[in-house]
Amino acid sequence: MGFLADVAAFFGDRASWRGDNGLTQLIAEHLAISVAAMAVAMAVALPLGLVLGHLGRGEMVAVNVSNVGRALPSFAVLVIALQLSSIGVTPTLVALVLLAVPPMVTNSFVGVRNVDADMVEAARAMGMTGRQVFAGAELPAALPLIMAGIRTAAVQVVATATLAALVGFGGLGALILVGLRTGDNVEVFSGALAVTVLAMATELGLGWLQRRLTPPF
Amino acid sequence: MDWEWVGAHRSLIVDLAEAHLELTVLAVVLGLVLSFPLALAARRWRRLYSPVLSAAGVLYAIPSLALFALLVPWTGLTRTTALIALVSYTLLILVRNIATGLDGVPSEVSEAATAMGMRAPRRLWTVELPLALPAVVAGIRVATVTTIGLVTVAALIGHGGLGQLILDGLNRDFRTPLVVGSALSVALAATADVVLVGVQRLFTPWARRDG
Repeated sequence: MGFLADVAAFFGDRASWRGDNGLTQLIAEHLAISVAAMAVAMAVALPLGLVLGHLGRGEMVAVNVSNVGRALPSFAVLVIALQLSSIGVTPTLVALVLLAVPPMVTNSFVGVRNVDADMVEAARAMGMTGRQVFAGAELPAALPLIMAGIRTAAVQVVATATLAALVGFGGLGALILVGLRTGDNVEVFSGALAVTVLAMATELGLGWLQRRLTPPF
Repeated sequence: MDWEWVGAHRSLIVDLAEAHLELTVLAVVLGLVLSFPLALAARRWRRLYSPVLSAAGVLYAIPSLALFALLVPWTGLTRTTALIALVSYTLLILVRNIATGLDGVPSEVSEAATAMGMRAPRRLWTVELPLALPAVVAGIRVATVTTIGLVTVAALIGHGGLGQLILDGLNRDFRTPLVVGSALSVALAATADVVLVGVQRLFTPWARRDG
């Protein structure tokens, strides 16, 4: 297994971690753009989905937006965003936000909409105002589904941030791309391994959080 | 948009669209071939259900570019590499939908079939599967649409169908192939979705009235 030994040596070598295109910096870039994109997307998608769900309006749009989102290849979204602005951070951020918004809108809408009608009635009967019903009954009951949407979006953002290397943004994708172009399989594999670990950590970490936030009933 | 370029490269565009479709169909069909036994096993032995789905979920979470890249040292820049990755992404969607679909068959119906003397394979094939078809087709639709999008990423290992046009446009900073590649891959996804809905209606005539 000479190849895997080379990969291990790559991760073991301090020089791979340091400097301008070192692992430390690439991981930091990858995380920074993912977190930024998720922050913007959550600020847009969650209020929109929750309010529409609470009011029961715009079902067609809220439910179908994620189907449309799935049909758009993330690669194409990224490249088209690049055409709209200059190379680097902006198109990447725009594309990632565009991809993260649909699953969160749909899930928060469906989450609030599908809260047991009897429970909402009961909350109203107890004299809660619309706002109190939302905060005290609908939101907690919808939380698991909202979290599932955030998790789907976050995993997709981390994954797509890899492609961002193609439009001149760094991140771990840069390691894969440079490796593919120079035929350096060790670099390709190491970059891919690092991204996979990052995506897994996102998926499992948010999955854990989702279970923690799910009320035990 | 440079329409002259489009006219001059028409046969290339058609070839790439065909390759795109071929890779998608191959991936979804292979995905189905693998998912059916997995879903049936998960249904037969309940304890397998959550390990099978978690394993498929883990595969699904691997970024596409990374999965292609992880395979390159072993299978090279070949179509096999693209296919292995694409098939792995279909597994989660298909296994989950097939299992859910079969679970949704009312137990009275299965029992009636058994009472009529059907053995498990025939009951599965003539009673349970047809009833599970809407859920199965829903899974095939999602898997197909997702795969069409993912094929574009395989351009980086040289087997991206219409993604090749996107990559070419990106590398040469030439907008036309980029727009053509993106637009056609979205159009392909939309068409595939509509065709699959048609297929479902064709095979479930009893469900047509309630649309």
